[in-house]
Amino acid sequence: MTILGISAFYHDSAAAIIQDGKIMAAAQEERFSRKKNDASFPTQACIFCLKKAAINIDELEAVIFYDKPFLKFERLLETYYQFAPKGVRSFLKAMPIWLREKLFLKRLIRRALQDVQAYDKKKLTLLFSEHHLAHAASAFFASPFQEAAILTIDGVGEWATASIGIGKGNRIKVLKELYFPHSVGLLYSAFTYFLGFKVNEGEYKLMGLAPYGNPASRALQQYKKTILDKLIDLKEDGSLWLNQKYFNYAKGLTMVKDQQWEKLFGFPKRKKDDPIQQYHCDLALAIQQVMEMVVLKLAKEAKKCTGARYLCMAGGVALNCVANGKLWQANYFEDIFIQPAAGDAGGALGAALAAHFIHFDNHRKITIENHPTQYLGPYFEKEYLRSFLKKLNTPFEKFKNFEQLCKKVSQQIASGKVVGWFQGRMEFGPRALGNRSILGDPRSETMQKTLNLKIKNRENFRPFAPTVLEEDAGFYFNLKKPSPYMLFVATVKKEHRKELTESDDSTSLLKKLAIPHSSIPAVTHVDFSARIQTVTEKDNPRFWQLLCAFKQETGCGVLINTSFNVKDEPIVCTPEDAYRCFIKTEMDVLVIGDFMFLK
Amino acid sequence: MEFLTDMITFLLARKKWWLAPVMIILLLVGALIVFGGSSAAAPFIYSIF
Repeated sequence: MTILGISAFYHDSAAAIIQDGKIMAAAQEERFSRKKNDASFPTQACIFCLKKAAINIDELEAVIFYDKPFLKFERLLETYYQFAPKGVRSFLKAMPIWLREKLFLKRLIRRALQDVQAYDKKKLTLLFSEHHLAHAASAFFASPFQEAAILTIDGVGEWATASIGIGKGNRIKVLKELYFPHSVGLLYSAFTYFLGFKVNEGEYKLMGLAPYGNPASRALQQYKKTILDKLIDLKEDGSLWLNQKYFNYAKGLTMVKDQQWEKLFGFPKRKKDDPIQQYHCDLALAIQQVMEMVVLKLAKEAKKCTGARYLCMAGGVALNCVANGKLWQANYFEDIFIQPAAGDAGGALGAALAAHFIHFDNHRKITIENHPTQYLGPYFEKEYLRSFLKKLNTPFEKFKNFEQLCKKVSQQIASGKVVGWFQGRMEFGPRALGNRSILGDPRSETMQKTLNLKIKNRENFRPFAPTVLEEDAGFYFNLKKPSPYMLFVATVKKEHRKELTESDDSTSLLKKLAIPHSSIPAVTHVDFSARIQTVTEKDNPRFWQLLCAFKQETGCGVLINTSFNVKDEPIVCTPEDAYRCFIKTEMDVLVIGDFMFLK
Repeated sequence: MEFLTDMITFLLARKKWWLAPVMIILLLVGALIVFGGSSAAAPFIYSIF
């Protein structure tokens, strides 16, 4: 039984394919189309998935979409009705596209599938899953647990913005839901907007900015009080009520009422290119801390409702690894599984899993083979690479022995070089986990600045994440569990930290960044935190081997691991993409499979 | 035809009868907009969509 899952038309479209319960392939359309967060129908991702499963559309048991359009339309109409006559501009802008396309999604999908491959429309079974059920299924059915509590939190699906459920075998039961317009994700996005970042993309930046806030400042306490007293009413069970007097997303074309927020927080909305001030950082920290409170309360409620030993999480908010780290420290659950593509792209995977287990009532057998790995994207065979190299006509070095390649790359990294590392199957989800990565030396005091400004061309306040050999994680970090998907933040151990003077602590944001905070400064954020990926030989043998070689070379089993892309571009997919990125940045070395290019 | 069947099934399941005339009127107006060739600029926040 083969099922194709699709997420599309909102942001970050993707396709995933399940064969007899086993996840065969999944990929985001942006990686093929090269348009960041591409929302169009995932034609190329579907072609890839079908090819990987060696199947035609006619042979599929079903195609399933991750969202119910009628239910979403109902929410839109009710919301506009509730706020009328306000919101008329937004209504007039939204309706044409709904009446032309989104309400007729069945027809749209059937037509779009014709571009993927010719097929018999009469044979096609087209299903629709609820948005949060797709998230829940992506987390639970991909997890190694037979029974677990499920927590999904995002901006909004149809009506639900968060849900608590329980998964048992091949069943998911939703126990509680929080409905639009009250949403943890939209609250965080509102602050993303107010602090001058792009909604749906800039949430990571807000999370990266928060550690620059001063935890001891009066401003922080005041901001938190304002959020909790004026903007939201947070209940003990984690549900919250957003005071619509201050928000505009339900009826307007902006997230918040700018002037009201200016009065609340004492400064105007930051424009995209405005310099970041300390009060921006303090507000970022305030909302981050409030969000952590909400996530912890929701998880506590999930524990109370289900009594489960384990927790599975998905939805965009589950990508907030700082909150995840706090949740892990809270010890409510024996283990937590967060699906690596927790955002809407993962909805394609979840919808397909939901169809297989819930709709078709298939038995769920948990085996290592059925578990998803993070590497579900395209792979390029040696033949392809040979023909690519021939066309390229550029000098390169071929290594017959992978050990030697790792040794050479380690030496390059240790000498301060930046390496593009392209191996095996592409990752599914927003994180590069060692197959489409840019690597550097974490011990270097200048590497963070070099990578941000010369390679990635992105905001210089943004931190980099470490990849560490799993056996060494406890040596460097206060991390109690493996973090193979880079979804948990933990602090650097005290013995590796550097003493900071009082003047260091009170210095400006950019100066703070330049002060080394630990023996691995390039991956230590200003609050001594790090977003960690742990690697074992089983997870990724090639990447593990490189880490071992670097450890042998330097004594340090840690590398900087950042996604192989530049600002505003998706992560590279093909060797051609990787080479283009290598040429147009100041990257020093590129490794594709067993081949090495030097500049 | 399939769309109408789906819409009726949906209304039956949700029991929100007041939506029926709203949807029908919107669809009629929508048909005018579509055939009138008006462009549709999508608002940038996904909550709307």
